[in-house]
Amino acid sequence: MVWKEHDYEKIPGTYVFNGRRAVMGYALNKMCMTFNSEENRQEFLEDRDAYCRKFKLTDEQREAVLEKDILRLLQLGGNIYYLAKFGGIYGMNSQSWGAQQTGMTVEEFKAMLLKAGED
Amino acid sequence: MAKIVGGITTSHIPAIGIAMAKGLQEDPYWKPFFDGYKPIQAWLENVKPDIAVIVYNDHGLNFFLDTVPTFAIGAAPHYQNEDEGWGIPVLPTVQGNPEFSWHLIESVMAEEFDLTMCQEMVVDHGLMIPMTLMWDHTKSWPVEVVPLAVNVVQHPLPTAQRCYKLGQALGRAIEAYGEDKKVVVFGTGGMSHQLQGERSGFINKEFDRMFMDKMVDDPEALAKLTMTEFLDQSGSEGAELIMWLVMRGALSEKVNLLHSNYHVPISNTAAGVMLLENTD
Repeated sequence: MVWKEHDYEKIPGTYVFNGRRAVMGYALNKMCMTFNSEENRQEFLEDRDAYCRKFKLTDEQREAVLEKDILRLLQLGGNIYYLAKFGGIYGMNSQSWGAQQTGMTVEEFKAMLLKAGED
Repeated sequence: MAKIVGGITTSHIPAIGIAMAKGLQEDPYWKPFFDGYKPIQAWLENVKPDIAVIVYNDHGLNFFLDTVPTFAIGAAPHYQNEDEGWGIPVLPTVQGNPEFSWHLIESVMAEEFDLTMCQEMVVDHGLMIPMTLMWDHTKSWPVEVVPLAVNVVQHPLPTAQRCYKLGQALGRAIEAYGEDKKVVVFGTGGMSHQLQGERSGFINKEFDRMFMDKMVDDPEALAKLTMTEFLDQSGSEGAELIMWLVMRGALSEKVNLLHSNYHVPISNTAAGVMLLENTD
């Protein structure tokens, strides 16, 4: 397969959700879509490994799900809005997963945003 | 005939809904943001629009990645909000106006904008958060709604220019409706923010201020921005600012700025709210 290259790929630390990522992450995002339902969220929590297997995630994706590694999931084709449904199961919000992806504590991440408001 | 009484821009992030559910409007963190809406709430209370056309995006409630319409319009009698897994409270159902929706569909399709037509549509925080910021909904919502969903999730997204032109067609369509209705148009989302990757937390005040200025005086310049420029300068999720351009296109070439407020941060996001009015 030959994927078209895009000038936006030069933007650092950014994973633009294009066709290539959509293909890579389809099963993962499809699993996350089911987390709109409380019943499915409970089923996932009861046996996360089995739930990932049911949706035919790759081994790498399944491991990243078990580790709640948002950045890795993003790199493996996850879309941030679908990953948000996954993170929501654990009470994660955009600031906690922002912190995780940037290697900061949540407090450091929040402080960075507050500082952006002051400058 | 119907008349566009104004255009409003607003953020739609889920954290706003959670803050409102917790009653944090007077909290020092949130107050500068919520106070920015008071003049708009007062304006709406005074003008009393009959219909709100809300340009927003779905984040995986009505649409999944199996089918991603670039532009989708609601033509349903009502639109229900549902659990979308982010922990946001589910809000009361909004009423639609199918006759008006179908009029818009026929008008903009005749101008070669091929919309996906939805007679059933659930609406997520992208539409509901703006509603809660504008109107008290303790009894019921005081307006009918037409949801206009723009794909800002799956790239390639529509260009800024395409969004602006759709807005122009939408504006003509609204004002050609043969019933006296006051219509307000919302452009939701933004401003600069990035939720994903090592660049998460990116904010660009300079870009946002430029964007707000040009929304008033030079929207055509904004419509010329490329998607890469948006992604780079407004952050990957800030690119949803293209939805503001649909609203701006619906207004007249010259507009009056009645109110604006800009605040950083709310959660990961720079928030801009504007109220624009046609000059003609």
